Amino acid sequence: MIARKITHLSFFIIALAVLFISPYFFNDYKIGILSNIAIFVILAVSYNLINGVTGQFSLEPNGFVAIGAYVAALVLLTSESKIDQFSLEDPSNFILMIHSPSFIVALLSAGVCAMLLSLVLAFAVFRVRGDYLAIVTLGFGIIIKLMAINFASITNGSLGLNDIPKHTTLYWSGGIAIFSVIIILNIVSSKFGRAMKAVRDDEDAALAMGINTFNIKTLAFSTSAFLEGVGGGLLACALASVSPEQFDFLFTFQLLIIIVLGGLGSTTGAIIGAILVIGGSEYLRFLDESMNIFGYETPAMPGLRMVVFSIILILVMLFARRGIMGDKELTDVLFKFSKGKKK
Amino acid sequence: MDSSLILQQIINGFSLGSMYALIAIGYTMVYGVLRLINFAHGDIMMVGAYSALFCVTSMNVPFLGALSLAMLFAAALGIAIDRVAYKPLRKAPRISLLITAIGISFLIQNVFNVLFGSTPKYFPVPSYLEAVINFNNISISINSILVPILTFFILLVVLFILYKSKYGIAIRALAFDVHTVNLMGIDANRIIAIVFALGSALAAIGGIFWAVSYPSVEPSMGTLIGLKAFGAAVLGGIGSVAGAVLGGLIIGFTEVVVVAIFPDLSGFKDAFAFIFLVLILLFKPTGILGINFEKSRF
Repeated sequence: MIARKITHLSFFIIALAVLFISPYFFNDYKIGILSNIAIFVILAVSYNLINGVTGQFSLEPNGFVAIGAYVAALVLLTSESKIDQFSLEDPSNFILMIHSPSFIVALLSAGVCAMLLSLVLAFAVFRVRGDYLAIVTLGFGIIIKLMAINFASITNGSLGLNDIPKHTTLYWSGGIAIFSVIIILNIVSSKFGRAMKAVRDDEDAALAMGINTFNIKTLAFSTSAFLEGVGGGLLACALASVSPEQFDFLFTFQLLIIIVLGGLGSTTGAIIGAILVIGGSEYLRFLDESMNIFGYETPAMPGLRMVVFSIILILVMLFARRGIMGDKELTDVLFKFSKGKKK
Repeated sequence: MDSSLILQQIINGFSLGSMYALIAIGYTMVYGVLRLINFAHGDIMMVGAYSALFCVTSMNVPFLGALSLAMLFAAALGIAIDRVAYKPLRKAPRISLLITAIGISFLIQNVFNVLFGSTPKYFPVPSYLEAVINFNNISISINSILVPILTFFILLVVLFILYKSKYGIAIRALAFDVHTVNLMGIDANRIIAIVFALGSALAAIGGIFWAVSYPSVEPSMGTLIGLKAFGAAVLGGIGSVAGAVLGGLIIGFTEVVVVAIFPDLSGFKDAFAFIFLVLILLFKPTGILGINFEKSRF
């Protein structure tokens, strides 16, 4: 156990060290990609908590990320900027009132708003199980996007919000990523984490053992919503703009690929998946553009990248269903000898 | 609002609802036998519309011929998807199947995106469907009368297949108990293929009439329509074909009539299906005409 803790600690020290020295080695473009990867690490590990660890197939992280992005943007934008931007309807007084230049306040309010929403939604979505849960959460994701389009006095409708201060740096996103991994790992190894796994493996048995399955599911759901909201705020401040189209089902799909590829239920897997998919999609960007194959100029094919990703997802499901890590963590693999005791 | 306008909206609602119903039948049948939300079903509908468009514009096939060819093509695609993606996962946890279905949906959509571009394409509507009947200040297109009638006819055919034919009995047996069906000497995979072919062909009809009513097709058209159709299937009672038709009609009808009465809500019309879905699942988990499946779990 102590060896495990030391290993964990050394990994975090390595991660922090990488975080602090990388600006001296990479150019701005690569720093941007690294920061993006860090944001998706936050989103993936938190999505994995509800989907992989607790086994509740939720399909609405796009909704929580959208809420977080909008809240952070509205908190950071000054009232003059809001009046300038809102062209469909005038901003409501409430929207003009909220303003804080502090990035931390913006991120925290993004997370808290997403978490409050998840607490309300939990009463509706956790009445149902399995496939129905998937479709109900997907429906809520669509409803949130429709709200972003239609409540123009709050969100500026389909035009979205622009000129958001670009506060997100690699230190912010990387630091919060490390922080969320620590939080998630601690939850997973706590009493609650074991209850979550019990709910995943057999909900009725968990209920019979005296676990309040609804509370456990809600805890996982709201923790993941909080971190997804914070991730959304980071994303908004990295891109300097938010719009409803950014957060449609495609966003959830991308997170789903990340956690399935890495291995549903494994936090290490979610991190690896985020690095592979976000880094890879940057690497595969050439697929969407025109290519020169043996002197023949192919036309630009926007969407080819998504074709490749869909095929990867299907192949993973068909041939390597457990993903890269299965449901194991890196330390489980490193300390194989302690595996025998656990089961 | 005067009564003629209301009547016109009711007819439009039935027309829209019938299209949802056609797509919902396929959803409900696949869910009945595989317990799988076939996310790719909406995209099969889109493929049906595109192949009809291709037949009409590039091969100069008359509309009815294009309809039949598109149905055949969609049926073949449905069977192919089942063989390649779902069949290897028959014994896998249900979540794997669901993720694969999402993957297939994105694959089809993006392949069409790459091949034909994401911009909507105009669908040439045959003139006899565009004709408009004027009757007491109401103008109704032939199309919006034909679609509900056609749906009703198809419903009768599907119910006949399900309840009178040998294959229908096998399909219902499969929906009832997968393990015993194999013991009874029925080839479950063949029956599942038939279900996919039938459902996909119906989705193609739905997609083509969608393209006729809103004369355009685009690669992403199937996603939202498909999800709403699944909402309709759950509302009517998943696993029940008549329920799927009923649910489809309710959703389509509400969308048109509520928006006509409360224009302020028009931005939220895509949400009605999901709000209904949540309410129904909260109070009556089996839907209106639903079969009581055992507690669904992965």
